[in-house]
Amino acid sequence: MSAQVHPTPPAGLLVLDGVRKSYNVGLPNEAEVLHSLSFSIGRGEFVALIGPSGSGKSTLLNIVGLLERMTAGSYRIEGEEMHGLDDAALTRRRRSSLGFVFQFHHLLPAFNALENVTLPALMREGRVTPAQRERARAVLAAVGLGAAMDKRPGELSGGMQQRVAIARALVLEPPLVLADEPTGNLDTASSNEVFALMRKMHAELNTSFLVVTHDPRLAARCDRVLELVDGQLVHDGPPASSGDPPQAAHAQRS
Amino acid sequence: MQTLLIIVGVAAGVAVVAYISALIAGLQRNTIEKTLGAQAHITLSPLDDMVLPARAPSSAATRELVQTQPRAQRPRSIGNWQLLVPLLEAMPQVAAVSPMVSAAGLAERGEASKSITLVGVDLERYDRIVGLRARVVQGAARLGPGEGILGRDLANDLGVRVGDRVGIVTGGVNDSLRVTALVDMGVRDVNRRTVIVPLRTAQSLVGLPGGATSLDLTLVDIWSAQVLADDLAMRWPYKVESWQKANAQLVSALNAQSVSTAVIRGVVMIVVVLGIASVLVVSVVQKRREIGILRAMGATQGQVLRIFLLQGGIVGALGSALGVLLAVVLIWAFTHFVRGSDGLPLFNITLAPVLALQVAAIATLCGVLAAVAPARRAAQLDPAQAIRL
Repeated sequence: MSAQVHPTPPAGLLVLDGVRKSYNVGLPNEAEVLHSLSFSIGRGEFVALIGPSGSGKSTLLNIVGLLERMTAGSYRIEGEEMHGLDDAALTRRRRSSLGFVFQFHHLLPAFNALENVTLPALMREGRVTPAQRERARAVLAAVGLGAAMDKRPGELSGGMQQRVAIARALVLEPPLVLADEPTGNLDTASSNEVFALMRKMHAELNTSFLVVTHDPRLAARCDRVLELVDGQLVHDGPPASSGDPPQAAHAQRS
Repeated sequence: MQTLLIIVGVAAGVAVVAYISALIAGLQRNTIEKTLGAQAHITLSPLDDMVLPARAPSSAATRELVQTQPRAQRPRSIGNWQLLVPLLEAMPQVAAVSPMVSAAGLAERGEASKSITLVGVDLERYDRIVGLRARVVQGAARLGPGEGILGRDLANDLGVRVGDRVGIVTGGVNDSLRVTALVDMGVRDVNRRTVIVPLRTAQSLVGLPGGATSLDLTLVDIWSAQVLADDLAMRWPYKVESWQKANAQLVSALNAQSVSTAVIRGVVMIVVVLGIASVLVVSVVQKRREIGILRAMGATQGQVLRIFLLQGGIVGALGSALGVLLAVVLIWAFTHFVRGSDGLPLFNITLAPVLALQVAAIATLCGVLAAVAPARRAAQLDPAQAIRL
């Protein structure tokens, strides 16, 4: 039903098949916001998710990130079905496979940069080993914050905060990082800098990225673009050349 | 900030509970000591003399019209008390037994004549009941033949000192004693009437050779007195009276005190729990986003739950530590600044370490309990919504 340019590959890091999401199920105001989405993302892909406000981007990202549950359909990560798992199992999967970068940095204000970056390890192991602390230092150095490790989020600029958040998402080297408008709150210069950093980390670690963005220029710098309109996938393919909006590309193809 | 405020609130609650508990415990201990110091825990005496009306054959036609007048109670001896003493002493609850002959009488010196309660005892045994030796304020406790011990105020009234002689009159029999010691029994009225003499002297003064009008018992645990008294009364044909019965008003006053203390403690604890809980509820709402982020980064529901339970426990523990300190200061202030008319502290209160630990443990537990509902709420937050808001 949706315009799928590429057929879903049988194997991949994550495979969505017929995923639906409704709110207020069973009530008169029941509303389906995602209509039978199917796509997959392979290892090392750098994918943009674009679409107008209210198209369901954030809901889709939350479902992919196991923060929300789908209403129907199948979603497999590394071959394991996620639909119907209990909270503990989903939490385990989040720990092992996913990193998050949000629009606002969402760092914990009471902890300094290094402590924020060691948090995922603390959550997973219940403690932070010296090796993990070293690893966190290395990642912070890699995102260019080697000198600001003991600064609290309040003492950092917006771009720096977002770089700490990226370091936090990457510190446990998850196969997939989900970013929800990671540059939405930044000026153009910082925005470019943060995006460049994500591409650099992608290249170094071969981590898959799924980036929700409003900014067509950023989408154009991704390897692949998914476009969502009214809960339907209307485009899945390489970014259109700059100046040529994805909608136009889609219209030409179909 | 709000955490700091609630810690101070918990501290105030804990301080009030600890202070009131210590104060009431001290007050009750003091009252019981003062009351029971000069009293036996159980007193065993012969049954009262009674008139038993003759029984007429009952039939519908006859009617009994008997009027009885209560009999005057003359001094009587407990039958076979010499055999009873070792029996009572063998009971595990009983710490000491002392036979006693007591009667009313007069003490005379020159023109002065005072009504007295004559108490004939065996000094060693009686000492174990009321701790007589510790109550001596002048002289040395000794009860040889012809010797006696006087209450402090009685000696004052009669103008006698240790070594002087005092005349004793009981029911027409006269004797005189040499005063060996003055005692303070703790109650002025008792001090004004007490004359303690050897058992044999009293027996001859009262006219009960070889007899004893009552047996005084001291128990290991004073609160078992009523039970034991009932048990003894069932077993033997004697009048058995426990200190609770003899001081029924005091006991009910003490009970009322204990109940009101318990109510105050309960209310304060409820306030503490509600205070901690409300602060944590607010804190859960404020920290929704952080909770969501922690969940996104792989924190389990259990981990989030534990964070908030821990917070409640820490608030409770810090509050109790502060509160116990505050209670110590309050108690110090009480013992230093609240004084009786004689300039001495009214009575001594101390915060027993066990009590302090108990209160602190309960407050900490309350903190954890108070955190249960907010912590569950935090754990069940939908991470996606928590982050978005």
